[in-house]
Amino acid sequence: MRYLPHTDDDISAMLGVVGLKELDDLFAAVPGNCRFGGALQLPEAMSEWALEEHVGRLACRMGVSPEYSVFLGAGSYDHYIPATVSHLLGRSEFVTSYTPYQPEMLQGTLQGIYEYQTLTARLLGMEVATASHYDGATALAEALLMAVRITKRKKVALSRAIHPHYRQVVRTYFAPTGYELLEIPYLETGLTDLARLEEIRDLAAVAVQSPNFFGCIENLQAAAEKAHSGGALLVSGFTEALAFGLLKSPGSQGADIVAGEGQSLGIPRSFGGPALGMLASRKQHMRSLPGRLVGQTKDRDGKRGFVLTLATREQHIRREKATSNICSNNSLCALAAAMYMASLGGTGIRQLAALNHDKAEYLKNALRDAGCAIRFSSPTFNEFVVGFPGGYDARYRRLLDRKIVAGLPLGAHYPELADHGLLCVTETCSREEMDRLVREVTA
Amino acid sequence: MSESIGTTGLILNEPLLWERGKKGRCGFSMPAGDVPPSPLPAGLTGDGPDFPDLSEIEVVRHYTRLSTWNFGVDTGLYPLGSCTMKYNPKINEKLASLRGFAVAHPLLPSEFSQGALRLMFDLERFLVAITGLDAVTLQPAAGAQGELTGMLIVHAYHRNRGRQRTKILIPDTAHGTNPASAALCGYAPVPMPSGPDGILLPKVVAGLMDGETAGIMITNPNTLGLFEANILEIARIVHDRGGLVYGDGANMNAVLGVVRPGEIGVDILHLNLHKTFSTPHGGGGPGAGPVAVRKDLARFLPVPRVIERNGTYELSEDFPESVGRVMAFHGHFGVLVRAYAYILSMGPDGLKQVSRLAVLNANYLREKLKDVLHPAFDRPCMHECVFSDRNQQGTGITTLEMAKRLMDYGYHPPTIYFPLVVHGAIMIEPTETETKEDLDGFIEAFRSVVREASENLGVVREAPVRCKVKRLDETAAARNPCLAG
Amino acid sequence: MKRIEEILLPEELRYSADHEWVGPEGDLARVGLTDYAQDQLGDIVYVELPSVGAHIAQGAVFATVESVKSVSECYMPLSGEVVAVNGPLSDNPVLLNQSPYGDGWMVLVKPDDPAAVSQLLTAEGYLARLKGGV
Repeated sequence: MRYLPHTDDDISAMLGVVGLKELDDLFAAVPGNCRFGGALQLPEAMSEWALEEHVGRLACRMGVSPEYSVFLGAGSYDHYIPATVSHLLGRSEFVTSYTPYQPEMLQGTLQGIYEYQTLTARLLGMEVATASHYDGATALAEALLMAVRITKRKKVALSRAIHPHYRQVVRTYFAPTGYELLEIPYLETGLTDLARLEEIRDLAAVAVQSPNFFGCIENLQAAAEKAHSGGALLVSGFTEALAFGLLKSPGSQGADIVAGEGQSLGIPRSFGGPALGMLASRKQHMRSLPGRLVGQTKDRDGKRGFVLTLATREQHIRREKATSNICSNNSLCALAAAMYMASLGGTGIRQLAALNHDKAEYLKNALRDAGCAIRFSSPTFNEFVVGFPGGYDARYRRLLDRKIVAGLPLGAHYPELADHGLLCVTETCSREEMDRLVREVTA
Repeated sequence: MSESIGTTGLILNEPLLWERGKKGRCGFSMPAGDVPPSPLPAGLTGDGPDFPDLSEIEVVRHYTRLSTWNFGVDTGLYPLGSCTMKYNPKINEKLASLRGFAVAHPLLPSEFSQGALRLMFDLERFLVAITGLDAVTLQPAAGAQGELTGMLIVHAYHRNRGRQRTKILIPDTAHGTNPASAALCGYAPVPMPSGPDGILLPKVVAGLMDGETAGIMITNPNTLGLFEANILEIARIVHDRGGLVYGDGANMNAVLGVVRPGEIGVDILHLNLHKTFSTPHGGGGPGAGPVAVRKDLARFLPVPRVIERNGTYELSEDFPESVGRVMAFHGHFGVLVRAYAYILSMGPDGLKQVSRLAVLNANYLREKLKDVLHPAFDRPCMHECVFSDRNQQGTGITTLEMAKRLMDYGYHPPTIYFPLVVHGAIMIEPTETETKEDLDGFIEAFRSVVREASENLGVVREAPVRCKVKRLDETAAARNPCLAG
Repeated sequence: MKRIEEILLPEELRYSADHEWVGPEGDLARVGLTDYAQDQLGDIVYVELPSVGAHIAQGAVFATVESVKSVSECYMPLSGEVVAVNGPLSDNPVLLNQSPYGDGWMVLVKPDDPAAVSQLLTAEGYLARLKGGV
């Protein structure tokens, strides 16, 4: 096997050094009744080319562009990834290294993550950002646990317009803690009903997503005022990081912690993962942050360098009293996001975000003109909720036969939105493709 | 000694991203708009983020230079104990980036995602075969999230039986993630001392395991590189008193095809695909931490789960007792593809050979270093060997300083100061993919560092001198944190 | 690290076995970490102090002190109410290393029982414990 370099001579020489005869003698410390006597029921080893053919066949059984038209967003977005990002990210010095516990040997990863933290903080309008989390949903759950630690209160309120899967993950993380989770309904406009917050006392945090699950742009400033007036923190979530190229940042509107998904920033959808949990906060809360942080320092000669820092928050030192159990994060995905943000630049990200918005508005308007119901009146970014003439669900099924995935049916998560779908458009979607969808929907 | 592989090349300086560039540059191919502009209301838009504007070549040079300051498995021997830094096969990278997988949306209707679902279904079956347990979830994103998922299952199990418990037993050699994961589920970790031989004693477990204790978390082989030989009896004690046995599979690389955790009393086990199953660590992630459970716990696994119906696959959320979702979608699918490809490349015999050679390499290193470093335990090890700093006491040289000096010889240092129960611990895990010649080079380098510690203290204290930077001031970094520029 | 003989132990202070010192000041008592403790901990990077007004029982944790790779809890040497904390320590934890009995003090408390101070160790008693390897 090409990954195992030992020749027979190597093996016998090494066994000789350790004073054993057979390889299986190495397991003398494993009692007989703990040994597995059989053979693993696995397929026999495949050659590299047989494997490539086999997996290649599986990969062909997927509904992807250009053969399929996919108008799906809902937390995973189709954005063009520059060849430079994939190429640079493939450098094996980045790919095959471990967490930079020995900083002198991993300055590449460390500077790269420090830059990611900086760009993330600037994107979200915050002062500090962590080195990354598993995904947007777990970042949100961690952010809410962080708010509980900071405020020492045990109740949080989640907008119902937060991604349903994110709310499910938060529920999973909160289930054994005894902390209370409340849901705040949304209004006919598609925005969170912030007035409901006035009825609730002693909240640790109010969590709102913007743009929310329906694509609607929330009034974060009003949410922050409501949260702060009751002594709660505003935790602002997001699934479409590119939106902040155009929209006001959550930090500039008063968010205390921002948590969401960075997959849009140069990371392939890859059937949902790995993606990128982004988490940022005000500096005053930095010691309550979960996960890794990279900080700038100097070496013995006074030269700039970077290290993992504030490690006393973490599990390998504080064990059960740590701010989180996180060890691995999604470092390589964070690096991809930094490469992507660097490639776009401040000028580029604004242009690209505007282009995304223009495209989505084009489809929204064309569908409205064709007689489709646009469910919510609030301004949206990239995504919107729609009903089709003659019923969304029936049309959705029919379009699948034509290799069009016309969004995400919403009935399973929002019974009141049964027979509606969530459509998504990004810069990769051509006008021609959108026109075709409109024709098919109204045909 | 022969010439060491550690040397210096031309190391280029590279500023921070925002110290480069000029306003108006762009490294992105911006498509022209084919639709009319449609501005948002002014009150909703901001000025956009303050990012530097860089051209494509600037981005390429920046990251290429940064990469040369990094050391990876592809660069050289990376014997970090407990991390299993084995070779990451290149074909796996290629397969994970196949277009059908890379651009697939996670919420595609199941008829449009049969390839990915079949791969996940089969990978679950492979992991069932390897662990000897009955059902698997691939959703957890990393080992620690696997532990959390496992603890959620323990929590759900006890709640389901009508009485929640409050504590969990954790050996003093455990990874820090174990107590942290248990604490997230409200369990108070009860530390358990290892016996004089470095393994757990049944009588200690018997003395601590009571009706308030939800179970035990065991890493086997443990972090001292020793097989917990009393596992069957320990599991019996825990089970008799109504608890569950959680296995931390971080060290599974030692026992593939040799021990199946499901057959030695383990009820729940997480695996680290980025350790045992060769997926790259990526400078700290992404990994994947699937969890395997015995049959009667399968109902608690996270949703959605992949099910098969007449040869077609679908995702089902119809498991009312599930602990719920732990990730927004289906976990780190891209990592799963790599692990799947690895298992198929190795086959059953290859996997068993992996563990044999991993254990052979560790014992070979141990044997060749044990006269200069003091082994924590006087007995053969499994896939990693642990030394203490006893031989160095009195020389004025610390474990940290030896580790730093190894860098100058061209090797990544081992894990140090862990496990906590060994003074000045040096934990070496070479993995099976290292050649005898590379091990010999490392052995020679380590022996040379030990010699320098008594003959040429200054050079060890000064180390490293051949990296991009010299010893970094971690105290200053923590006293005045600068986390963003 | 310092040899035992190098450790400063002012005679006028009292000490706890957990390495805190207590300096009576009228009805109040000032509390900090001993020179031995700061030396063992090494470079201190962060100190977390209690809130003013908190009542803390003898033996309870009143502060945590962090070095780069460790977290240590400090135990209250005598029960009482915190009337002041050393604010500058938060921004300048190095004070605890540089001046453990001066600018590096931690909290000022009003003891429940003013006589409790006399039950603590003298400098001599504390030194004897250190020599005994406790």
